[in-house]
Amino acid sequence: MNDHNAVGEQLAIFAPRAGGLVDRSCAPLPRPALTPIDMALMNSPAKTSFVLSQKHLLGIEGLTVQDITGLLDLAEEFVILNRQVEKKRTTLRGRTQINLFFEVSTRTQSSFELAGKRLGADVMNMSASSSSMRKGETLMDTAITLNAMHPDLIVVRHHASGAVALLARKVDCSVINAGDGAHEHPTQALLDALTIRRNKGRIEGLTVAICGDILHSRVARSNIILLGAMGARVRVVAPSTLLPPGIERMGVEVARDMREGLNGADIVMMLRLQRERMNGSYVPSVSEYFHYFGLDEKKLSYAKPDALVMHPGPMNRGVEIDSIVADGAHSLIREQVEMGVAVRMAVLEALSRNLPNA
Amino acid sequence: MLSDRRPILLANARVVDPSRNFDGIADVLMADGVVREAKKGIGAAGVPEGTEVIDCRGKLVAPGLVDMRAFVGEPGAASRESLASASQAAAAGGVTTIICQPDTSPVIDDPATVDYVLRRARDTAIVHVHPMAALTKGLNGKEMTEIGLLKAAGAVAFTDGAKSVTNAQVMRRALTYARDFDALIVHHTEDPDLTADGVMNEGEFAARLGLLGVPKAAETIMLERDIRLVGLTRGRYHAASITCPESLEVLERAREAGLAVTAAASINHVTLNENDIGPYRTFLKLSPPLREEHDRQALVQALRSGLLDVIMSDHNPQDVETKRLPFAEAAAGAIGIETMLIAGLRLVHNGEIDLLTLLRATSTRPAELLGLPGGTLRAGAPADVIVVDMDQPWVVNPDELKSKCKNTPFDEARMQGRVVRTIVGGRTVYEVV
Repeated sequence: MNDHNAVGEQLAIFAPRAGGLVDRSCAPLPRPALTPIDMALMNSPAKTSFVLSQKHLLGIEGLTVQDITGLLDLAEEFVILNRQVEKKRTTLRGRTQINLFFEVSTRTQSSFELAGKRLGADVMNMSASSSSMRKGETLMDTAITLNAMHPDLIVVRHHASGAVALLARKVDCSVINAGDGAHEHPTQALLDALTIRRNKGRIEGLTVAICGDILHSRVARSNIILLGAMGARVRVVAPSTLLPPGIERMGVEVARDMREGLNGADIVMMLRLQRERMNGSYVPSVSEYFHYFGLDEKKLSYAKPDALVMHPGPMNRGVEIDSIVADGAHSLIREQVEMGVAVRMAVLEALSRNLPNA
Repeated sequence: MLSDRRPILLANARVVDPSRNFDGIADVLMADGVVREAKKGIGAAGVPEGTEVIDCRGKLVAPGLVDMRAFVGEPGAASRESLASASQAAAAGGVTTIICQPDTSPVIDDPATVDYVLRRARDTAIVHVHPMAALTKGLNGKEMTEIGLLKAAGAVAFTDGAKSVTNAQVMRRALTYARDFDALIVHHTEDPDLTADGVMNEGEFAARLGLLGVPKAAETIMLERDIRLVGLTRGRYHAASITCPESLEVLERAREAGLAVTAAASINHVTLNENDIGPYRTFLKLSPPLREEHDRQALVQALRSGLLDVIMSDHNPQDVETKRLPFAEAAAGAIGIETMLIAGLRLVHNGEIDLLTLLRATSTRPAELLGLPGGTLRAGAPADVIVVDMDQPWVVNPDELKSKCKNTPFDEARMQGRVVRTIVGGRTVYEVV
């Protein structure tokens, strides 16, 4: 981690509003004057012209710091675009994007759908409940079938770790991992990073506490890698049964209680705990879990006074997070959703630049 | 064919015979299906008329391998691997005796099925085949099988194959009863509850891949329990596949206590580690899982010291359909019978072990443990002999492997050394021209 200083310098260069705290409410940017249809913007290419080092986005692992910074900078442009009446670009005109969701996810799928449509792609959604995937067709057969339809981008979510990388080996187009098992969820980590950068002006040097079901969480893994690469200090906070053995060797600090774990934290990132894991298998009960690990105002007070709260959603109110905190002044949860669309547009655009005939 | 049974002289070979601790230049003469003699200067002294004389020019000549653990699909899944195809693979890999496991359909748990396997092997296989029989009926871990009758029918040992017997009472009774027949009990030591949904070694790498881990304790706890039961019953016990130094410690204590306990590790666990899984390569999904490099090194050290008795292939053919899946959903197992010796030569070429150690663990020791006559070049031993070019370089091409399934962990691997001739019962069954 000797290159943290270098990371910092880059951030200082690229972060649009580095230095100084900003208003955390959702509209900090100066809005350009609205015109009904801004043809100039619609047809102009993005100002940021970086090239992603990858053909696919399978994880944060493998991305360079330049990749991450480039994607975040590009996403900033889309944040502006998305706040206008005219939200369309033509970058992906003629391109076909397939959202292939083996695991149901309304918010991630709709976020990718909107992102693709705003860039001008033809977007098709396929979900496990409606397709041959239920009839026993294997992942590989599905991949081969879809590949024959010449898509340009496939967005995949699957319940098994490594499944997206497996599929990527069988198709010719670019593949975006929208979550594979307990492995990675790179666009979530990117949108979290964008949200943090916009609100704190930087990532380097911040202390981020990731709390909850680390064992089963792809969000935690992607965030650990990304935040570590960008120079943040990452702490995971969970009961020991929800920590994967060996996690300390991923370059994080490990805390087993919230007071220790949140002490001095700039960002408190809560994870969802699935109900089937709360009935004695990993933790004894919902009430015991909430008592020790649920984020309420008291536990939040262990963090820095200006600490911000994040959650990838969907939330279990009263399990891992108290409604007062989730809806409170420290919460960035709604902004995360907004950043999600912008980051996914940035990812789609960056990958499309590497496609043939781009 | 008569010509097949001509006497054979392997001349000017580097003969390695662990049963006599011999490693030197010599000749080996075979006739009537047995080794006549193996010593220096037989050729010069004259050989029987009609002898096929093969000048080995310093190539390795050794007793054929006895592979103590191979899962063959016959009966029930011959499309994955038949006794015939497994024996072809074995011959190409220098294995002259396959010990097949009872995890078949039907399970090899009655004397008639043992008889079936032996007859099918006699009619279709080109190497020797001996089955292990199930330790409990249907591999259900509840009632013991007819150990006496099965042994009389030709079962060389008793095991529940890839399953562990979780009930300590059942294991105790089986060990006690088997002792009366001097039957060897072979056990896959992996606590299924602790293993649960784990699919690879527990630790940093599993955490990074987002896969659930199998702790080493799942193996060691079961082995520890078994050793206590062996102490209680004084039965003969063999741990089928161990992977870590914690298990070696348990084994060492059992040896010091004078118990009849032996152990094997698979060729995969002594030549590969978990990092070889890389980007979710399912051909390296094994049960028990590949461990860390220091665990592998501990196994190699135990091989040198003699604490670890046997290396086996753990040959387990799996279809494309059960392997081309996300890692957690893929079947465990890898083929290995054809590459076991050559993969083992990596350890020899690296200087980690010597040839005597490798061949003792893959040939002489398993034959001894199972009471089989092979694994030696002593006069009168079966003429199960291999000739190996120690240095020939090649790249493993799955399409050229003889197994019906191609799930080799050594896919595209560079190898040094190749089996050039395999002789079973005095007949050449495999030859590279």
